[in-house]
Amino acid sequence: MSGEVAVVAFAQTKHVARDRERNEVELIIPVVREAIERSGIPRHEIGFTASGSCDYLAGGPFSFVMGLDAVGAWPPIRESHVEADAAWALHEAWVAILTGEVDSALVYGFGKSSLGDVHEIMTLQTDPYHVAPLWPSMVDLAALQASALLAAGEVTERDLAEVAARCRTAALDNPNAVVAEAVDADELLARPITHPPLRDADVFPVTDGAAAVVLAAGDLARDVCSRPAWISGLDHRIEPQALGVRDLTTSRSTALAGANAGASAGGLDAAELHTQFSHEEPILRQALGLGDGVDVNPSGGPLTANPVMSTGLIRIGEIAARIHDGRIDRGLAHASQGPALQQNLVCVMEAR
Amino acid sequence: MDADTLVERHVLEYPGGYTRSLGPAESRFLTGLRDGRIVGVRLGDGRVMVPPAEYDPETARPVDEYVEVGPAGVVTAWTWVSEPRPGKHPFERPFAFALVRPDGADTAMLHVLDADGPASLRVGMRVAPRWRAERRGHVTDIEAWVPLAEGEPVPAPPAPAPPAGADPDEAAEEPGPVTRMVSPVRLEYEINAGIAPTRYLHALAERRIVGQKAAGSDHVYVPPRGSDPTTGAPTEVEVEVGQDGTVTTFCVVNIPGLSDLAPPVPYVCAQILLDGADTPWFGLVQGLDADDVRMGLRVRAVWDDDPAPDARSIKWFEPNGEPDAPYESYKDYA
Repeated sequence: MSGEVAVVAFAQTKHVARDRERNEVELIIPVVREAIERSGIPRHEIGFTASGSCDYLAGGPFSFVMGLDAVGAWPPIRESHVEADAAWALHEAWVAILTGEVDSALVYGFGKSSLGDVHEIMTLQTDPYHVAPLWPSMVDLAALQASALLAAGEVTERDLAEVAARCRTAALDNPNAVVAEAVDADELLARPITHPPLRDADVFPVTDGAAAVVLAAGDLARDVCSRPAWISGLDHRIEPQALGVRDLTTSRSTALAGANAGASAGGLDAAELHTQFSHEEPILRQALGLGDGVDVNPSGGPLTANPVMSTGLIRIGEIAARIHDGRIDRGLAHASQGPALQQNLVCVMEAR
Repeated sequence: MDADTLVERHVLEYPGGYTRSLGPAESRFLTGLRDGRIVGVRLGDGRVMVPPAEYDPETARPVDEYVEVGPAGVVTAWTWVSEPRPGKHPFERPFAFALVRPDGADTAMLHVLDADGPASLRVGMRVAPRWRAERRGHVTDIEAWVPLAEGEPVPAPPAPAPPAGADPDEAAEEPGPVTRMVSPVRLEYEINAGIAPTRYLHALAERRIVGQKAAGSDHVYVPPRGSDPTTGAPTEVEVEVGQDGTVTTFCVVNIPGLSDLAPPVPYVCAQILLDGADTPWFGLVQGLDADDVRMGLRVRAVWDDDPAPDARSIKWFEPNGEPDAPYESYKDYA
């Protein structure tokens, strides 16, 4: 076991607010094909396939099985699925490669959050005894975290507007983003507060989309990729499930995952953070110790495109793509799921 | 193609809801709410957590020293909901969600806050529960938390009304602990069929059955979903298949009422390999006794009088009078 694993290819859909044309399989087919083609590894030689999705998004049990139609599962492939963001599928694939059992893996995630009401669907991941019966939506729970953060006094409404403005402006350069505009914090602050203390620009846009990544081990990665994005550290940690037990103004799980992934060892050129709400950025920056020199969410981030269940994988892909083409040498990707940043994954990648 | 594909409304609902067993900690908490008390649990480090759990969230050690907290408390976070979600949120009028830390507790619980508007809310404000008169051991036994002015006494929970028809002189029987709760779930969707299924469904309205295959492949998939599942290649070649086929396997259903569309029992569900297709098709077989249905039986689609872009346009299959197909002809599909 060499312990060397790299992201060698990445593809994502041109995300849209609502794809009224394609079903999930039709959404996945092009990104899986594109990622495999870019990897240069023949499809039938890829050792492991892992996907991430959420059955509740389409309202049908085992709907992820249909996604396999896009992969080509015959002769029978070695396959796994997580009912989670595909960044966690990538973690499983990374472990599979580290064991030495396989030397490559395809990871994909998909989600059409426009089919139902994603804010209500995500309520079903909360405690079913005393939280879900009150139906707090995804944005209700996020707004509670933002409220606690602002009340603590270290972050202001203007800070949130600065985050949102920077992401929306950065997305002008991202053809896959759903929202993009040249805007500054003053303009955003003049807009109405819709979910106190949050404004619409502080909240992710409902998005349909998919993404795929190919991982490869040591020599294979060097063979197929001129500048592999080597995974130097990867870890994920979770908070206690009860919202009221946590200090919502910090993210202990992100800090721990970041420390274990080596976030602070050596400089970072860029970080892609799974910030579905603008107030999550200052919490994550603090937890990861990201200084002003780190370019955060250069793609615009999830505030400008949030195809749930692939959003975290896309953070990894966006950093990997920047390493592949030489824009950066070392970067950090963060993925999150659950209410108010409940579970957090940190993946540090670098050129060697 | 840029046309919208067919859309079907879909509701995910479990009539009557899920029935959940509570376990010791949830049972204490919800029994407490029914009795007008808020119950937490003392953790290993002495802090009190509410709602209680069976374990310490820091150490995972079992905890079971239950303590009453509140009833008044402090708001640690809030957000105003100006557009409540009908059928989901507890109020139809605007309200707040809040994290409330009851007096004597060290953690907060999520609940709703009934107030005049967002301007009156702040972190640190004092609140008290407004209890329902009729409580059943559910988180909504607290109807809402309400602002509590300085010096204002905390309202006591109203005594539960005696059940209708009860003899007021007879002592009410002490109710036992709450051990279960029911969770209704209802989600609504608009599902897009996708490009390949839409073409297939439109063909059904013309009494045609259309499959698809990938370029360079001989395998015809019907109904098509857009990809060749063995290779993942898009199936861009459309192929009309026959309306006659062979029963590859079947089952006799003797349980009535499985579906609104089901015929009287006994009836037969079968896998039918349509001529020219490479995936068997699921359908009903009618027109002969269930006992006479067999593998290899040759059948033909029977259409609805008014076919539509809907899988139900083929009502069932009936024997087409041809001799049975030899096993060799369908063994790879059985």
